[in-house]
Amino acid sequence: MPDLLDLSIAEAREGLDNGDFSAKEYTQSHLNEIESANKALNAYILETPEKALEMAANSDERMAKGEAGLLEGIPLGIKDLFCTDGVRTTACSHILDGFVPPYESTVTENLWNAGAVMLGKLNLDEFAMGSSNETSHYGEVVNPWRRDGDDAKLVPGGSSGGSASAVAAHLCVAATATDTGGSIRQPAAFTGTVGLKPTYGRVSRWGTIAFASSLDQAGPITRSVEDAAIMLQVMASHDAKDTTSVDIAVPDYRKELAGKVKGMTIGIPKEYRVDGMSEEIEALWQQGIEWYKDAGAKIVEVSLPHTKYALPAYYIVAPAEASSNLARYDGVKYGLRVEGDTIDGMYENTRAEGFGDEVKRRILMGTYVLSAGYYDAYYLKAQKVRTRIKQDFDEAFKNVDVMLTPTTPSPAFAMGEKSGDPLEMYLNDIFTVTVNMAGLPGISVPAGMSSSGLPLGLQLIGKPFDEGTLLKAGQVIEQAAGELPKPTKWWA
Amino acid sequence: MQINEATVRKIAKLARIKVTDQEAKSLEGELSSILSWVEQLNEVDTDGVEPLTSVVETTMKKREDVVTDGGYAQRVTKNAPLSEDNFFVVPKVVE
Repeated sequence: MPDLLDLSIAEAREGLDNGDFSAKEYTQSHLNEIESANKALNAYILETPEKALEMAANSDERMAKGEAGLLEGIPLGIKDLFCTDGVRTTACSHILDGFVPPYESTVTENLWNAGAVMLGKLNLDEFAMGSSNETSHYGEVVNPWRRDGDDAKLVPGGSSGGSASAVAAHLCVAATATDTGGSIRQPAAFTGTVGLKPTYGRVSRWGTIAFASSLDQAGPITRSVEDAAIMLQVMASHDAKDTTSVDIAVPDYRKELAGKVKGMTIGIPKEYRVDGMSEEIEALWQQGIEWYKDAGAKIVEVSLPHTKYALPAYYIVAPAEASSNLARYDGVKYGLRVEGDTIDGMYENTRAEGFGDEVKRRILMGTYVLSAGYYDAYYLKAQKVRTRIKQDFDEAFKNVDVMLTPTTPSPAFAMGEKSGDPLEMYLNDIFTVTVNMAGLPGISVPAGMSSSGLPLGLQLIGKPFDEGTLLKAGQVIEQAAGELPKPTKWWA
Repeated sequence: MQINEATVRKIAKLARIKVTDQEAKSLEGELSSILSWVEQLNEVDTDGVEPLTSVVETTMKKREDVVTDGGYAQRVTKNAPLSEDNFFVVPKVVE
């Protein structure tokens, strides 16, 4: 029998259905692995072994009765941004100390209804604000990957660093994640995993701790494109509790995977060829283009003239919405409270101690751009620029089915390397943030290795609600790249 | 756009976050450099462009204005750092 930890969701479902192993055995093997690896990687900030085994036992019962759901007995890691009923949820912020939600997020509810098993809660940048998972109140997440011949600890990317690290190190089969400016795709690229950010409105945001409400979207991190399709199938739904959730039927994504790429048109946005792009990223992109040509697709250059303005516009819109969303953390309703002489003093002390530096920076930035006299110059201007960015995509998508770009400008970097300069850190999201600004779906698929032996990803951008085409096209990269190296297991 | 320490203190007050002298100094530089960087948006011609309010063309969903949830004050206040008889307790605000 193959190692249970190496199975994909599809393989594990088959093994469970055939009775090759039980859901309890399968879950236990993951719990053992977490026990031996998590100290080094810090991917999980809360392990829930008892709950996991109980859920697995229930799965075994349902399977015995022939009532298996799409994810029956599949052990998952849950980013600690999703509220889980009766299980501590913190967004990795000090300000949510000890918060135990009395309700379940729609995404996790959908997963449990399909029979999935929760292994625990995964680390992230505080309130999902970061690109390296170095801002978590629970400490940095370590990337399972290291440079060839170098023991330096590398970041897993962020904000879904715990999700990416756990999936790459086989501490879960798949994980939930969220993406506001690249927080699913960038960590996926840094860890050699698949990361899918769905169209805004495809997945309910209800019960997911909000960062920037017009940009946030949940999606999966997995080890294969097929697994991403299966996860999205369950995570996506129309939800009356989220007014931006869209009432469009969820297609059968696995069926769409079987379609042909031959005859499709792949757009190559010329503005993504940025100054100073490294030769190996350039070469990887070119390799991707060749793969699509070989698959019978037509390649055309497209233009998205406002690309360079997406990141600065994002750093107005996202902090503005964050400053509003995070106003609720006041020491009254939940989490941390630091007393003060007056009620304002209590608010100020609580928020000073409860929020980390990056979160404070963004709240203050957001407060500034929304303050009297500056709203038109910043927020309104940024939202107009956003319309321009969306128009660019609408125009380009008249002639192409999907677009192909690199996911990140570089492979994973070392801890501490970029944490001194906020602007340098923000540039990590230069290729991913446009997608959020326009509300489009995007996927990062592992495509090759850097000269230093680290994984690199290619990104595909799709039309609204066309995740099926995105997944189908993603398989071309997966198949052409073939069997890529796995990280050396230095942590066990 | 350069902002000074007084502005940092003003917005920190608005955001209800206490900042130390040292924090105010470093935030002055950090926020100024971010604001200078976003100024490039002025290069974009947005005359006659509507601000994006929704990335997906939809009309706001409405439902009947009726109570659909509630009746469990204990669950609502369970996570409060300080509560009494299912009320949130805050420092005195009225003399």
